[in-house]
Amino acid sequence: MTTATVPVTITINGEPRELGVAPSRTLLDVLRNEAGLTGTKKGCDVGDCGACTVLLDDVPVNSCLVLAVEANGRRVTTIEGIAPDPDRLHPLQENFMALGASQCGFCTPGIIVMAKALLDRNPNPTEEEIRFGLAGNICRCTGYTKIVEAIQVTARQMAADAGKPA
Amino acid sequence: MHPFAYFEPKTLDETIALLSQHGRAADLMAGGTDLLVEIKEHIRRPAAVINLKTIPGLAELACDAATGLRIGALVTVRTIETSPAVQRLYPALAGAAREIGSIQIRNRATVVGNVCRASPSADTLPPLIAFGAHVEMVGPAGTRSLPLEAFFTGPGKTALGADEVVTAIVLPPPAAQAGSDYIKHGRRRAMELATVGVAVSLRRDGDVCRDLRIVLGAVAPTPIRARAAEALLEGVAPDEATVAAAGRAARDEARPISNVRASADYRRAMVAVLTRRAVAAAWERTGREIQP
Repeated sequence: MTTATVPVTITINGEPRELGVAPSRTLLDVLRNEAGLTGTKKGCDVGDCGACTVLLDDVPVNSCLVLAVEANGRRVTTIEGIAPDPDRLHPLQENFMALGASQCGFCTPGIIVMAKALLDRNPNPTEEEIRFGLAGNICRCTGYTKIVEAIQVTARQMAADAGKPA
Repeated sequence: MHPFAYFEPKTLDETIALLSQHGRAADLMAGGTDLLVEIKEHIRRPAAVINLKTIPGLAELACDAATGLRIGALVTVRTIETSPAVQRLYPALAGAAREIGSIQIRNRATVVGNVCRASPSADTLPPLIAFGAHVEMVGPAGTRSLPLEAFFTGPGKTALGADEVVTAIVLPPPAAQAGSDYIKHGRRRAMELATVGVAVSLRRDGDVCRDLRIVLGAVAPTPIRARAAEALLEGVAPDEATVAAAGRAARDEARPISNVRASADYRRAMVAVLTRRAVAAAWERTGREIQP
């Protein structure tokens, strides 16, 4: 292989996308520029801030530290793919709005994607577990209190909903 | 990022051939969490990046009380952190893994990458050395193994040849009544490099301490054994006075620098405190208290 563009197929939010990418392009840049999905944010670009968090085969990663070629044949979920259908938001998105857990909003997509990954793994986290899980997502506005609260409220709602008959 | 040729070898032989062809102009990539940052920050400008993730078998983790621990080159830090067997048999290593970066970073970063990067402050190195780890390598002349202690030659420098690949880190099985601990000291709790790291591994033989290994991180060009401190506790029933004396001995063996994270004097002072605490925690994991 060379430095030339290579063809990849990445399933982004359930939809297979055929893209040509140079090996030195990050998944973050390809999502934003080639796939047109600008919900995933570019903050530090070196894995410190978490604004670029996406799920790669359901595992949360910093998309700024993944080469786009490495996502070939894999599934990527971004903030645009978190909602269950086009007419409804994810409960995390609803609660971040309702509880004011977002101020400037730049960190919010990464935090919601990370919070979804945390709740998928641990549906009833303690405050300590939420704060430990979000260690790699930096918010400079909120002080985190309302972010933690929105995640806790979501966990309780999802647990209550899961107990209801369909 | 500056452009590079990109390779996805399917075998170790293919990888070694690529390394022989490109020499120091090629960089191996496992997790990529250090390499890609160094390329972005122009610390490295590799002409070629060789991604190891397409080689089958390198992601295997085997952990067993009878055979020990084998960490393949692609095993992530998160896998070590969350493995119940590693948590039970090598608690200082699982604890050190938990201290690295964020979950997002640990889902990509590998233990072998942490070893090959050879940062003096790397969190997994003190516990791996304390547990008596060996490094397995393969190159054009075949395979070889080195004690991890002998692998580091300076900050960012190792004994790995330009055409060699680390395939695994191997730890012997834990002894009966083994205890271990790792304490990281940083300026904050998360997303931080160690100011000082101390790992201790030991076993309890009746009332006395045996086979002690005390390893200090971030206080010398490489992780170092605090051998004088180890000798003070070997064959001894530890009490508060001997453990404190071991802490002072470790402090005198440290050779720290002053930098943005801490002064050399502060690091030395913390070595004494953390060594005392890590020895006590490791001993308590064998089921005994430190005598007053």
